[in-house]
Amino acid sequence: MKDIHPSEITPESTFLNRRFFMKSAVWAGSALATTGLYRAFRPRPQISNNGKAIAITPDREMNLSLPADEAANSFTEIAGYNNYYEFSTDKSAVAEAAKNFVTDPWTVQVGGLVRKPRSFDLAELMKFEAVERIYRFRCVEGWSMVIPWTGFPLSKLLHLVEPAGSAAFVKFETYYDEKQMPDARFAGIDLPYVEGLRLDEAMHPLTLLATGLYGKTLPNQNGAPLRLVVPWKYGFKSIKSVVKITLTEDRPTSTWQLANPGEYGFYSNVNPTVDHPRWSQARERRIGETGSRETLMFNGYAEQVAHLYAGMDLRHYF
Amino acid sequence: MTFTADSRFHTQLIWFNGLLPAALVLFDGWRGALGANPVEFVTRCSGVLSLIFLIITLAVTPLRKMYGWNWLLKQRRLIGLFAFYYGTAHLITYLAFDREGQLSTVAADVLKRPFIAIGMFSFLLMVPLAITSTNRMIKRLGGKRWAMLHRLTYVVAIGGVWHYFLIVKSDITFPALFALWLLVLLGWRVVAALKKAAKVPQ
Repeated sequence: MKDIHPSEITPESTFLNRRFFMKSAVWAGSALATTGLYRAFRPRPQISNNGKAIAITPDREMNLSLPADEAANSFTEIAGYNNYYEFSTDKSAVAEAAKNFVTDPWTVQVGGLVRKPRSFDLAELMKFEAVERIYRFRCVEGWSMVIPWTGFPLSKLLHLVEPAGSAAFVKFETYYDEKQMPDARFAGIDLPYVEGLRLDEAMHPLTLLATGLYGKTLPNQNGAPLRLVVPWKYGFKSIKSVVKITLTEDRPTSTWQLANPGEYGFYSNVNPTVDHPRWSQARERRIGETGSRETLMFNGYAEQVAHLYAGMDLRHYF
Repeated sequence: MTFTADSRFHTQLIWFNGLLPAALVLFDGWRGALGANPVEFVTRCSGVLSLIFLIITLAVTPLRKMYGWNWLLKQRRLIGLFAFYYGTAHLITYLAFDREGQLSTVAADVLKRPFIAIGMFSFLLMVPLAITSTNRMIKRLGGKRWAMLHRLTYVVAIGGVWHYFLIVKSDITFPALFALWLLVLLGWRVVAALKKAAKVPQ
């Protein structure tokens, strides 16, 4: 073996320095990696309201709004926690994923069993007199909010197209575009998203087509530019970013019914006495509260809507 | 001392990175930055962290055998304990917020919801593993018996991933990723065992 010249041996101080440097690098690198991983999953803290102001007309049915003692959730809560699977299945990531979604121009086609089928462009939709309605919103997952929507009763739009006598149901469809919604491939549900109501449910004064919240046009993540709001049903019935409304004779099959018929029914009325197979529906957590509260029959709208289901077995028609 | 022999450094590194997520969650909770539903986030975060540490413990043996990283073995119990710590945090969030501290309702909930039953079962299996994680317990049980007992980790990991599958509504991406890693790590063991059996003369 060749002798090692003393000058070739790394001095101890240099060796220790190098070790110190390497150790520090490992510490810093691992801390960055761990923090980065955590950050990737952590919800975004703040969301700003960039909508355009909507002119609000006085509501002749003010009694349908919640009284002020049930405080509305903050804009950040409402616009930062969304189920919109076309963009992301992470409720806290939808706002970011949907920020470049194009909602203007927009057309809603209304057809099927109607006398005057027609389409509405965005300007026409925004011409409907908008009222503010503060509604409870109950998600099937067990959380709830109070949301100040702006919009107009769906019945107003349906009256314009004149439903035919044979029309019994209304089918709604969400816009779907793989280019604008690349993560939709992870959604695990068939798209475009489809929902439906019975015609009398659709004509009910509580049923809104919302164009805004907190007095401004809807954020993309909340279903811009136009979404359905049916406050006595679980949130997934309130379909977002509607492009097609079709009146039908037969009951349409909704996306969640199709995905899991044992867990999601057509009616999906909020009902504390009928549990979801995987969790109880008796209680809910209001966003912003740590404790839970009792879930109300028809989400607290029994007085207005219970008659629609008189004589029906709601355990069967869940 | 070389990097691979510096086990004190490894231990410090694992403690640091194991506690860091908990510290970040506490910090974000204190400044109100856990999003609209902090309870849901903390529940999901603790559950996923427990699974991550479980997967890492299961990766130790394959990494040792494939790359000769024997220094990892000394750290395996600590990594496993972090799986137990985060599993405990997960259970506490369930008891405190889902059950709202009403422990008498837990039994009925376990019977009613299969994913709760599977999660609970997996957690309970971790308890004896955590208790026997000390040097003294290894001596008392004897290495062979201890190793046998700690193979329960396989069952815990399968149960944990299954539990995750059962709670998602439709997007199975994350549970599927965990399942894939689990399949690779358990599959490696099956293949290794088959190879070993083939070598033994009949």
